[in-house]
Amino acid sequence: MTAAIEVRAVEKHFGNVSIIRDLNLNVAQGERHAIIGPNGAGKSTTFNLISGHIKPSSGEIRLNGNVISGLRPFEINRRGLSRSFQVTNVFARMTVWENVRCAVLWATGHRYAFWKNVDHLPEVKQRTAEILEDIHLSHRRDVPAGLLTYAEQRELEIGITIASGANVVMLDEPTAGMSHAETERAVALIRRLTEGRTLVIVEHDMSVVFGLADRISVLVYGHIIASGTPKEIRGNPKVREAYLGEEAH
Amino acid sequence: MSDAAAPTVLKEESGALRFYGIWLAAAVALIVLPLVFSSGGSLTSFSLIGIAIIFALSYNILLGQTGLLSFGHAVHYGLGGFLAVHVMNAVANYNWPIPLPFIPLVGGVGGLAFAILIGWVMTKRAGTVFAMISLGIGELVASSSLILRSVFGGEAGITTDRTALPHMFGWSFGPQLQVYYLIAFWVMVSAIAMYALTRTPLGRICNAVRDNPERVQFIGYDPHVVRYIAYGFAGFFAGIAGGLTAINFEIANSAYLGATQSGFVLFAAFIGGAAYFFGPILGAILVTYLQLGLTNVTTVSLLYFGIIFIGIVMFAPGGIAGILMMHRPLIRARSLGMVIPSYLVAAVPTLVLALGVILSIETVARYTASEGEGNIINLLGIPFNATAPTTPVVAAVLVVGGFLVARITWRRVAEAWDRATTVARDRGYLA
Repeated sequence: MTAAIEVRAVEKHFGNVSIIRDLNLNVAQGERHAIIGPNGAGKSTTFNLISGHIKPSSGEIRLNGNVISGLRPFEINRRGLSRSFQVTNVFARMTVWENVRCAVLWATGHRYAFWKNVDHLPEVKQRTAEILEDIHLSHRRDVPAGLLTYAEQRELEIGITIASGANVVMLDEPTAGMSHAETERAVALIRRLTEGRTLVIVEHDMSVVFGLADRISVLVYGHIIASGTPKEIRGNPKVREAYLGEEAH
Repeated sequence: MSDAAAPTVLKEESGALRFYGIWLAAAVALIVLPLVFSSGGSLTSFSLIGIAIIFALSYNILLGQTGLLSFGHAVHYGLGGFLAVHVMNAVANYNWPIPLPFIPLVGGVGGLAFAILIGWVMTKRAGTVFAMISLGIGELVASSSLILRSVFGGEAGITTDRTALPHMFGWSFGPQLQVYYLIAFWVMVSAIAMYALTRTPLGRICNAVRDNPERVQFIGYDPHVVRYIAYGFAGFFAGIAGGLTAINFEIANSAYLGATQSGFVLFAAFIGGAAYFFGPILGAILVTYLQLGLTNVTTVSLLYFGIIFIGIVMFAPGGIAGILMMHRPLIRARSLGMVIPSYLVAAVPTLVLALGVILSIETVARYTASEGEGNIINLLGIPFNATAPTTPVVAAVLVVGGFLVARITWRRVAEAWDRATTVARDRGYLA
C-alpha cells in the first residue's frame, strides 16, 4: 500500500540558513502520526512544505504516491490534503456557518459557480450542518467567526480543515493555548473526526501526543532523528537526550 | 427534530416574503417617482442617480465583496460608454436591427472585455499592489483617450443620436422620461443580478478571499482566479452604467474614464457603506444629489465633499449603512427609544457647528474669489455679507460655541448608547 505522505530528502534553505536538512518522513494510510520536537525545530516549516505553503529547495514529497512538491496549496488541497493553522486562521467577518460552507464548496464540485444559489444546494447544506454538529458549533452558526471565543475558533479551525473531506488531515498544534478541559474535548473531537483518515499532527502537549498517535516522529534542528511507536520513542536514548529530557527537567 | 424545524420554515418563509417585498417596493418606487416629481430637473437627477447606483454597486463587487481597492474603476465605465456610442452610431449608419434598450448591454461587454484583458495581471495580488496598478491603468487609459483621437474623439469626445436607433414599443427615447424608464429598468436588472451574485458559491468565496486570501488556498480555491472573475463582473456592470450614461448624454468623452470619475465611485461606495449590499445605493443617491445640489449653491463644492469624506472615514468607517445597521439590534430589543432623545438634543449644537463651518468656508471663498457682486452668503434665509467684519465674528461664535456644546451632547449620546446596548444585550439581541 502506498504511503499517504512520503517525504524524501527534502531540504529548505532561506539564504544560507538551513531550516530543514535531509527530511525523510513516511506516514502510512490511516495512521495517526505526531511530529514533536523542541521550539524552532522546523515543525511548522515541515507542515508548510508538505501543504505547499512554501516550496522545498530540493527533495520530493508524495501524496498517495503522486508527487506534490512544487504544486500550489490549492492544487495540493484538491488532491486530498487539508491542513489547519497554529494561529487561528478563519474568515473573521463571515458567520460560522459560512466559514464551514466555503470549505465544503470546492469538494462538492461547485467551484467558481456564479449561476447557482448557494443557499439552495442540498448536499452543501447537509454537509455543513453535519460538520457544525460535529464540532459542536450548531448553536453558534450565525455568529461572525471573529466574535467566537478562542476555544470555539480553534474548533472552527478544525471544522474548516475537515470540511472538504480530505483523506489526509494535518493539524498544527490544535490544542495550543487551551485549558485542560478544552484540550480533552478537542482531543476527543480530533479522534472522532479523523476516524478512517490519515492524520498528521504537531503538538507540544505530550499527553495529547502519546494518547493520540500511532506513530511519532521527532524533529530536531530540521532533521528527523527518530520515528516509531510511542513506546519506541519513549525508550529511544537519542530522543530522551534531545527532547524528552529537556522537557522533563 | 420536527418541533425545531417548524419555526425555521416559518422564519424562512416570512424572510422570503420580506425579501421580495423590498425588491417589489423598489420597483414600484422607480416607476412612481417621475409621476410624483415630474419637473425636467428632477428627471435628469433621477437618471443620473440611477446610473450612479449601478456604477457604485459594480464598484462594491470589488471593494466590499472581494476586498479590492480600485482607483481606476471608471476605466470600465468609460470604455463601456465609448463602445456604446460607437455601436449606436454604427446601428444608425448601417440600419442594424438593435433597439436602444439593448445598448447598455453593449456597454457592459465593453467594460467586461477590458476587464478580461487587464484583469489577470491586475488581480495577481490584492492590497497595495492592486490599488497601485489600478491607479496606473486608470491614468494610462485616461491619457490614451486624449491621444487616440479616432477612437475617443479627443477633447470633444464622440457624439451620437439615441433617437436614430430602431424604436421599441413605439418609444423614440427622445424625451427624458423615456430615458429615465430605460435607466430604471437597467437599475432593477443590474441590482438584482449583482445581489444574486453575492448569493452564489463564487460570491461567498469572494467574501472569503476578502477576509483571508491565504486560508482560501487551503480550501481548494485559487484566490487569483476568484479575484479575476470578480473583476470581470465589476467591469461588466460598470460598462452597463457607462452605456447608460452615453445614452443619457448622447456623448462619450475622456472625462468618463478619468481619475475624477474613479474617485466619485469610490466616494459613493465608501460613504454609503461597503460592508452592506445596499450601502453603495445610499451612497450613490447621496453623492449624486450633493454633486448636483452643491454646485448650484457654492463654488467650493469639492471642499465640502472632502470634509464629508474625512468625517465618514474618521467617525463612521462603516458608512451610512453601517450607522443604520448599528441600530438594528436596538430596534429588535425595543431600546431604540433610549437613544433618540439624546440624538435630538445633540442635533441642535451639531447643526450650529456645521453652519459655523459653512459660513467660515463661504466667507473665505467669496472674499478671495469674487469682488463686489456674489458676496452675499445666504444661510437658512439669513443674508451675510462676506466682506462685512461682523460675518467672521458670527462664524467664529457659531463654530466655537457649537463645538463646545456639541461635545457635551455627544457624550450624552455615548452614555445613552451604552445603556441601550446593555438592554439589547440583556434581551439577547446583541452578542
